[in-house]
Amino acid sequence: MSADALKELKSALPDGIYRAVVDLMPEKVSDSKAKEIARKMLEEYERMKVEAGESVGLVAAESIGEPGTQMTLDTFHFAGVSEMNVTMGLPRIIEILDGRKTLATPMMEIRLKKPYSDGQDIKKVALAIRETKLKDIASQFSINVAESKVEAKLDVDKMRELGITDAVLEKALKVAAKGLIVDIKGEELVLRLKSKDSGVSDVFKLKERLKEAFVKGVKGVSQILVVKKNNEYVVLTFGSNLKKVFQFQFVDETRTTTNDIFEVEDVLGIEAARQVVIDEVYKVIETQGLNVDIRHLMLVADVMCADGKVKGITRYGVVRDKASILARASFETPIKHIINASLYGEADNLTSVVENVMLNQPVPVGTGITKLATKPVGKSE
Amino acid sequence: MPEFEEQYVYKKVASVVFGFLSPKMIKKMAAAKIVTPELYDKEGYPVDGGLMDVRLGVIDPGLRCKTCGSKLKECTGHFGYISLARPVLHISLISVILTLLRYTCRECSRITLPTARIEQYGERLKRLGNDKGPEVMRKKLKDLIIASRIAGKCPHCKAKQKKITLEKPTTFFEDEKRISPIEIRSRLEKIQDSDSELFGLNPSAVRPEWMVLTVLPIPPVTMRPSITLETGERSEDDLTHKLGDIVRINQRLFENINAGAPEIIVEDLWDLLQYHITTFFDNDVAQLPPARHRSGQPLKTLTERIKSKEGRIRHNLAGKRTNFSARTVISPDPLLELNEVGVPEIMAMKLTVPERITEWNIGYLKDFVKRGPKAYPGANYVVRPDGKKKKLTEETIEASVEELQPGYIVERHLMDGDIAIFNRQPSLHRMSMMCHKVRVLPCKTLRLNPAVCFPYNADFDGDEMNLHIPQTEEARAEAELLMLVDTQMISPRYGLSVIGCIQDAISGNYLLTRSSFSMSREKAIDLLASIGVTDVSKLSKKDVVSGKEVFSILLPNDFSFSGRSKSREEPEVIIRDGRLVSGVMDKNNLGEGSGLLLRNLHKKYGREFALGVLGRMFKLGVAFLMKRGFTTALSDTDLPHGAKLQIQNVFDNAEKDVAGLIVQYNSGQLDVLPGRTLRETLEQKILEVLNKARDETGKIVAMNVESYSHTIVMAISGARGTPLNLAQMAGCVGQQALRNRRIEVGYSGRTLSCFREGDLSPTARGFIKSSFKSGLRPAEFFFQSIVGRDALMDTALRTPKSGYLYRRLANALQDLKVDYDATVRDSGNRIVQFRYGEDGIDVSKSEGGLLNVKRVVGEAVEKE
Repeated sequence: MSADALKELKSALPDGIYRAVVDLMPEKVSDSKAKEIARKMLEEYERMKVEAGESVGLVAAESIGEPGTQMTLDTFHFAGVSEMNVTMGLPRIIEILDGRKTLATPMMEIRLKKPYSDGQDIKKVALAIRETKLKDIASQFSINVAESKVEAKLDVDKMRELGITDAVLEKALKVAAKGLIVDIKGEELVLRLKSKDSGVSDVFKLKERLKEAFVKGVKGVSQILVVKKNNEYVVLTFGSNLKKVFQFQFVDETRTTTNDIFEVEDVLGIEAARQVVIDEVYKVIETQGLNVDIRHLMLVADVMCADGKVKGITRYGVVRDKASILARASFETPIKHIINASLYGEADNLTSVVENVMLNQPVPVGTGITKLATKPVGKSE
Repeated sequence: MPEFEEQYVYKKVASVVFGFLSPKMIKKMAAAKIVTPELYDKEGYPVDGGLMDVRLGVIDPGLRCKTCGSKLKECTGHFGYISLARPVLHISLISVILTLLRYTCRECSRITLPTARIEQYGERLKRLGNDKGPEVMRKKLKDLIIASRIAGKCPHCKAKQKKITLEKPTTFFEDEKRISPIEIRSRLEKIQDSDSELFGLNPSAVRPEWMVLTVLPIPPVTMRPSITLETGERSEDDLTHKLGDIVRINQRLFENINAGAPEIIVEDLWDLLQYHITTFFDNDVAQLPPARHRSGQPLKTLTERIKSKEGRIRHNLAGKRTNFSARTVISPDPLLELNEVGVPEIMAMKLTVPERITEWNIGYLKDFVKRGPKAYPGANYVVRPDGKKKKLTEETIEASVEELQPGYIVERHLMDGDIAIFNRQPSLHRMSMMCHKVRVLPCKTLRLNPAVCFPYNADFDGDEMNLHIPQTEEARAEAELLMLVDTQMISPRYGLSVIGCIQDAISGNYLLTRSSFSMSREKAIDLLASIGVTDVSKLSKKDVVSGKEVFSILLPNDFSFSGRSKSREEPEVIIRDGRLVSGVMDKNNLGEGSGLLLRNLHKKYGREFALGVLGRMFKLGVAFLMKRGFTTALSDTDLPHGAKLQIQNVFDNAEKDVAGLIVQYNSGQLDVLPGRTLRETLEQKILEVLNKARDETGKIVAMNVESYSHTIVMAISGARGTPLNLAQMAGCVGQQALRNRRIEVGYSGRTLSCFREGDLSPTARGFIKSSFKSGLRPAEFFFQSIVGRDALMDTALRTPKSGYLYRRLANALQDLKVDYDATVRDSGNRIVQFRYGEDGIDVSKSEGGLLNVKRVVGEAVEKE
């Protein structure tokens, strides 16, 4: 294969296409043939390129909005476990594009390093990840008002199974409620408030709070499921806490994912968050059996992440940061935008679409971006 | 030849600036001072100094505006003003006024920040204001001041500061004492320009004291026209009503003040004036009762006019109404070309196209004018070079014909080949508005080729569509080059054809291209001739030709393709050198949004050709069915008696199995599946059994119905329906599922009152044994209704949700475009992507979103 033909291709074509050309190039090929391939390739690529002025934003919006009408509102059971519902379909897409901070169903897919991914100590791994609350290992909570204490019965077998020692439990409970005297005797757990003068409601509140007290595992991970995917054990969780999970040495940080965009932004940065936006939206569209090109999702994700922070497609997110006052006003809360613009004597330079529609002027996208005008010279006879 | 010059408009609005009206400006631009709430005198003539003063513009035909001297429609109206007896706060600015009062000194009106700090933070604040908007800036300033407040004392004049509170909506208190708008205004007056800048106000645009109104501009009459009812009574606009209240109270206040009335009365009137002016601006303030009509319906004042979907911005500015458009019911016409639209003659005689007379076409256009508006094709209007438009009527035709000269414009009737834009709402994607060529037809519906139904999402159960006729050469050129059906064939959403054969066209081509089918050469030629194909040289000279040969005639000779079809008998589609060698033509190949056959035709031979071939394929399919005969009948679902017994047998077994499971469940013998409860395990197992039973009946049905009944043909060719639908009609409907479970809702422990509590059997949980043909039993009917209602609700809830999502997306992304340097930028010229989609490929020019390297390399290698 002639080197200069390839060189030219390399600079002109996107990486993915270039690599495909190299892969598919016949092994024995004459120089002239290689040149012919290169020429054809470039020609084809040039023909497929977007034209200047193309209103790619609106095309992307249409491409996501139109199939939206065909999506279902259903949530699906996750791998058949009834407590683990997964938001899917239109609600999930809305959730992502809204840039909502708290998800209806945060989830992680935890990949493991070898040998754990082959199933070694898989039970231990799972137990380490899952959040254990006091109510998971204790039962028969009761309050004793006279002595202002809470009593409960510990499930010693379960504790042993989970690897929780009395010391661990005591420490965890002391973190959960300050000024607590913990007394563990075999199965009996007695918790006393330090301050003597506490009423019934205080003790009752304490009981309720202690039930939810975090004992062990990863905070927020309320359910886990170990499944085998492509000969590899994978831990799926309900609840997401990427930062904590990354601290386990058995977790493969490079392949572990979550569906919480803000968490990804926080832990891995904006580019990773962008990728999650794309992946998550694509996943929904795919499961609905719809067909949307990934380029449209990329554009939406890029708009959401353009500022280095994830913004939703709402009046508080992307739309608020628009340059044009009239464009903002035409979306939602027009009065607010007009008043604020007036206070600062702002000018709208009519650089986007709606403003020009409002003023009956050509729109600066598509054929409207040309700045050419014919000027007739002289008079016709 | 008369002298005429083309009028070019070079003026263009470059920017729109928002700002405040100063009291001075209000007076300066006012044409009249309004002093009386009366509107008309006894003769019904507008009162001087009243709200309908003729100096503010005219709304009655015949009257002339006293300010500019023009008549109705020419005069856009002029503002007036009233001076308020006492100043009043502007409701929309209350929050700004509060901030200003709180963070400036009550004595010297300086920002309550030490000078050093102002210098220190000033620049940073301004930058913040530029980046994030004035609101963020104001908040930041607030935080700064709170952080550095020195024990309630002004750092400049050392005056003690009091706490300012706002009692919503418009009353301010300083500690416990009320501060009047007069006091507020005098404090705001003293604020220095450099300070007000830090509050996010632009000193050149607004002075703080302007937020307290001393004069009120009165909008021109033209923006609040009155309507004359049939009774001759005048009904005034909501705004006029509100202004009347304001003027009346203002006059009363004046009088009372001059008469030296007690302070309480003056204060009361003042508050009333504040209320009226507040509701004049915004009649939807949280703590105020809205001003109402006598009928009790709230008045629509300024804010209500602007905001929301029916407001000025979204209703009139961002969306507009057009002339030269038409709308009516649509119906199909497979004989039209794909890019044609059938327009009824009545419509064609109302819709016009302007054509300019030149020396060369004067004779041609004269004929139109001669025929006038009542004969087709005629003309409705003639426009003189000076812009005067003349309507053509029987009487004026002759004079107009005489008058015609080059430079005149004739608005002639719509004719075949004219450009039109065709649209069906909801316009969810750009294929919802495409350009078609007009074909004037008899009858009264708009007609389109059924193959373009898919992009419009249209059917013919009463759908209506809109037609627009572009009126300028530029518009026509753009419509034809950018919006024509041909150009929209490949979807920008996924890069495949959105136009394809549907329904009968698919069944027809499927039946034609089956291997077992052949027809006499004579009949084949007859068939081809009926769809307008006359070149049959490709047909073999044999007496009997196969259907595949007939279909191949439509394909170009150098076209090769390989793909897959839905059929199990001939799954592989191979087209070699323009001949369909194997495979059947079904939905996978001919349908919209699927397969690459159409995409490849489009790629290799261009859009016009691809569309032509598609049109012929469509006609071929339909014409073939017409010759062959095709219908669907109840007998398609007939089953032999043996089959019915078999199905009965399957059900009996399934029921027995389920009963066995339930017994196991009740006795606790059921093995629990990992991760489930006992109950879930039972449900899971029952579902398995029942689904198996349904599948089995499906199989029995498939085996026993006539194998090439038309219903089956439609299902396996993908034209309409599925094999499951047939099984439901002939065999059994199957389990009705709600949220992926059997039906559980209803009464406690049971689904319907005809079952026992705790009955877990299939019949009690939504399994329908009957077929649609045999009819459902009552309980089954209810189960079906439950699921049907659920699906209906799902659709009803989804539509507005997805509509809002779409609106938000469109609004956020509409100004993104590809620039000349191949970057994607927004309206603020910020770069969003350096290369569109990371590779710069336009999806609508790609093959399903990809560049097919293999094909390109293959073609290059093959070529010698």
